[in-house]
Amino acid sequence: MSDLDLKIWRGDPAGGELVAYRVPVLEGMVVLDAVLWVQANLAADLAVRWNCKAAKCGSCSAEIQGFPRLMCKTPIAEYGGKVTVRPMNAFPVIKDLVTDVSWNYEVNKQIPPFTPSEKDLSTSEPWRMQQKDVERVMEFRKCIECFLCQDVCHVLRNHDLKSAFYGPRYMVRIASLEMHPKDVLDRRPMLKEEAGVGYCNITKCCTEVCPEHIKITDNAIIPLKERMDDVYFDPVRSLINRLTGGGRKSTEG
Amino acid sequence: MNATSYETIETDVLVLGAGGAGLRGAIAAADAGARVVVVCKSLLGKAHTVMAEGGVAAAMHNVAYQDTWEVHFADTIKGGKFINDWRMAELHAKESPERVLELERWGAVFDRTWQGRIHQRPFGAHTYPRLAHIGDRTGLELIRTLQDRAVHTSGVDVNMEVTVFKLLKSEVGRIAGALAYRRSDGSLILYRCAAVLLATGGAGKMYRVTSNSWECTGDGTALAYDAGAQLRDMEMVQFHPTGMVWPSGVRGILVTEGVRGEGGVLRNNGGERFMERYDPERMELSSRDVVARAINSEVLAGRGSPHGGAYLDITHRKPEFIKSKLPSMYEQFLKLAKVDITKQPMEVAPTIHYAMGGVRVEAETGATTVAGLYAAGEVASGLHGANRLGGNSLSDLLVFGKRAGDAAGLVAKADPKAAQANIDLAEVDQAIAELTAPFSRPAGENPYQLQAEIQEVMSVHAPIVRDAPGLKAGLEKILDLAARSRTCGTGGTNSRAFNPGWHTAHDLHSMLVNAEALLRCALERKESRGAHARSDHPDTNDQLTSINYVVERTPDGMQVRTERRPPMPEYLAEAVRRSYARYTPEEME
Repeated sequence: MSDLDLKIWRGDPAGGELVAYRVPVLEGMVVLDAVLWVQANLAADLAVRWNCKAAKCGSCSAEIQGFPRLMCKTPIAEYGGKVTVRPMNAFPVIKDLVTDVSWNYEVNKQIPPFTPSEKDLSTSEPWRMQQKDVERVMEFRKCIECFLCQDVCHVLRNHDLKSAFYGPRYMVRIASLEMHPKDVLDRRPMLKEEAGVGYCNITKCCTEVCPEHIKITDNAIIPLKERMDDVYFDPVRSLINRLTGGGRKSTEG
Repeated sequence: MNATSYETIETDVLVLGAGGAGLRGAIAAADAGARVVVVCKSLLGKAHTVMAEGGVAAAMHNVAYQDTWEVHFADTIKGGKFINDWRMAELHAKESPERVLELERWGAVFDRTWQGRIHQRPFGAHTYPRLAHIGDRTGLELIRTLQDRAVHTSGVDVNMEVTVFKLLKSEVGRIAGALAYRRSDGSLILYRCAAVLLATGGAGKMYRVTSNSWECTGDGTALAYDAGAQLRDMEMVQFHPTGMVWPSGVRGILVTEGVRGEGGVLRNNGGERFMERYDPERMELSSRDVVARAINSEVLAGRGSPHGGAYLDITHRKPEFIKSKLPSMYEQFLKLAKVDITKQPMEVAPTIHYAMGGVRVEAETGATTVAGLYAAGEVASGLHGANRLGGNSLSDLLVFGKRAGDAAGLVAKADPKAAQANIDLAEVDQAIAELTAPFSRPAGENPYQLQAEIQEVMSVHAPIVRDAPGLKAGLEKILDLAARSRTCGTGGTNSRAFNPGWHTAHDLHSMLVNAEALLRCALERKESRGAHARSDHPDTNDQLTSINYVVERTPDGMQVRTERRPPMPEYLAEAVRRSYARYTPEEME
């Protein structure tokens, strides 16, 4: 097989450029193999994150030919001898293909954790849940936190509204808590305010790049928007809720 | 930035590693009232625990009412070929159900039985269906649950992408701190603490074909050894029977035992279900050492698949069943090998997977032989003996992560001044000089080249079946590589900012300590037992059943000595005896 013409963005916060490498091709090679070959043979200081190499940890996110993907899951055969790899664009560069994704971890801390009822917490009996009830959240819990959905989201990527919108990953996270059969906390006030679910205008780019095939927009964001609308934009229910205080514990107070 | 300046961070308990054991330990130590800093080499949530697929073993008897902790204990001891620390195996079998249920109360979502209980699947060498699971991504669920619990536990801080390169002791020999560098900019940190909990995982990266990631370089084992702690059973490394073999780029990636648990069968190139010849009773669900050697033997006998493995076939199950029970396997083969496992068999071969040996710990507390130093999870030794059963690693992390975290937290609380103990600053300077030395050797060897040579030596000289001449030759080569590694460079520029060449130069030391200890112990154990097979000593020697090999650092270098384990108390011996009578195939139905 012939060589691969691999261009990798090299640089740091001060700037950088695409550097070309020639990589001998092996059958079934993925982009990460080629990048690691460069690191071992041509550029020992090439910065790249990776761990499992099996699409289970979500570390090796990058933009391959301009498209956000996991490098470990992308066969170079798809590109016919030429590939360009750049770091994720929505996050500040640290070096080469490594970006500063610490903002995501800060956002996760803001989301109130799993909160079962007092009754469920105090019982000594193991909990019972039905498979069909847990399957709803299992889709969300497949998330490997590769942050490709955050990278492609135009609210974060083009408008840099990180202060206003938590991004698709954390809509999935909130959905996994809100739809958990044993969770009783109401995160709808937070969805409207801090999490900024209203910023999503359903372009579904996040769903398209998700390596775990989570239907982020259809199954997480739209149901969350509907839940929030129920509280804040349905006039009758809004009045009832205001009078009764709603059925769930609120994230406010 | 001054090349030798460092930031000082004070805490009570320093946890090294953010996999299952590290996070469970951090939560436990914080619950005991200690301040905790978790240090991890990668980003939080990426630790190797995410790779665990099949499930977590716990005798909850949700599927098989006959299951008890005694049966789980006996399975673990028999699987470990009787050299396990029996007290660890007892605690593990008794406490894992509680740890699994606790995980559920922290938000983990397991697959259910029709009555709504946690479902349990059958697995190799477990008498009853025992593995609580979430499809084939149990490790991810476990780590995400613990990660969220830890970041919302007050008193727990996480320092991501930080590597510790030396443990420091006070003048009375207690652990008092650790030196580390940040990967992002190469800046240095001096941690001062009352206790260190090692939860650094395994050392699979010293082999060429492994299911482990770049991180698994045996750092904790080497840090403990350098600090004077004892290691144990280092000859015992597990070849997982089923790793991917093709394409070459994915060679070694794990194929979960869940495939066999859900009914997958192994065949050779003649279509023969060869496990009938190796273990007619348990077949594909025999213990991992047996299945791995069986595949190895088939390949050596010329009955292997085109890329040197065996066929693993689950096509007799319905496509919907396969996709729901083994979703990530379906995806992995489709994407990486262009194989649809609902229609075609997988090609699999043994891959280095797990270190049963590691730091010697006390069963109840995870305390090592150095005061203030604890270890839990894969870096610790004892629970699994000569061979680990599938599913026993996740329960190991939970049970002993908690126990070690409890103990470290209590010690730190008992002596609030311990974190301010004196540290020899000359030792600090010396360690920093060693860490940064590769920068001053522009003509030094490329660390990636040395890493590849270590992997080559271990793959050739400590393979699935070993012999004395091979091990001896391997040891000589590893000692030679250790000398060369002390003069290696960074292989590239001298920037300290995210420089993997420099990081690798440092990782070599950990890999070499693990490799040397493995080879020395493997030479000493003149028998075949569990994962340790010797062609020159093919039989198990009953005289060695009560023997463990212990590794120590001495002024003359690494020494291995034998140690006799006290016999099991009668109630445990009885549990093992009864397990032979208990198992009948009818009961499994």
